[in-house]
Amino acid sequence: MAIEKKKVTEALKEKFPEKVKEVSFPLGDETIVIEADALLDVCRFAMNDPFALTMLLDLTCVDFMGEEMRFEMVYHLFSITNNSRLRIKLRLPEKDPTVDSLTSLWKNANWLEREVYDMFGIHFTGHPYLKRLFMYDGFEGHPLRKDYPLRKRQPIIPMRRKE
Amino acid sequence: MAGGWITTKLNYVIGWGRKFSLFHYPFITACCGMEYMSGACAHWDFDRFGCGLTTFSPRQADLIMVVGTISQKEAPVLKTIYDQMCEPKWVLAVGACTLSGGIYDNYAVVQGIDNIIPVDVYIPGCPPRPETFLDGIVRLQQKIQSQDQEWRLKRRK
Repeated sequence: MAIEKKKVTEALKEKFPEKVKEVSFPLGDETIVIEADALLDVCRFAMNDPFALTMLLDLTCVDFMGEEMRFEMVYHLFSITNNSRLRIKLRLPEKDPTVDSLTSLWKNANWLEREVYDMFGIHFTGHPYLKRLFMYDGFEGHPLRKDYPLRKRQPIIPMRRKE
Repeated sequence: MAGGWITTKLNYVIGWGRKFSLFHYPFITACCGMEYMSGACAHWDFDRFGCGLTTFSPRQADLIMVVGTISQKEAPVLKTIYDQMCEPKWVLAVGACTLSGGIYDNYAVVQGIDNIIPVDVYIPGCPPRPETFLDGIVRLQQKIQSQDQEWRLKRRK
């Protein structure tokens, strides 16, 4: 099984030699760092046989404030038939962080990407309904960015006393 | 003198009646609701204090128990429900999140529901023990007994 596990990342490296930047196995989890524009191809390759990573477990973002490539998108894929996992990472610039939407491959990417858009302000091209998921209409900014003020409140109704 | 005596006694009697017939509306959003449930059920049973009838419409309630974290998105809902309640009405705020935001000192949570509606009794704890819950209800009853009852016609314009 361990030999098979290595095959996904190796096959991806063979298939996309220019797009794969780094391959690692932290604590046995296969992790691959790719260029942002290769995301759809990599996912489509990984979800088909023989790797069959057919399930998008989670999709999230990390903010590295101060770096030029500020945002890191993290995708977790899971194969039900092989019981194997793959983690895909890619970096996005601070100005105009845009990446392809995965809604064409997985339906559940819809809400996950809306959450990331809400919290981090990442734009997903090809998303059918890119609106805020958690915060309300009229909320300004993206609260999980590191530069969002810690105690900034945006109440919907007026408060009786000042907070 | 006699009129004053009658008014005072009437005030006392109305307060006595009101404090033992609290119809409460539970506005439960978070884990403190577990303590509310154990307080309301047979082990602690705040029906013993005349606070047993749970109404699931704010229009029939005297007392709203706000139990749990109130987010900014939920604040207009709570305000609307409070406005729908008929006078006289009281508010019981239960748990650290409801009183002050608790550990959630962030963008999403109202820092104390007294920012939205007036609160009569604050019950602290994370979550409060059912005994604390009962203590809060008894203190609310003391408050109702001692306060000026709003029953005069001139106030109901």
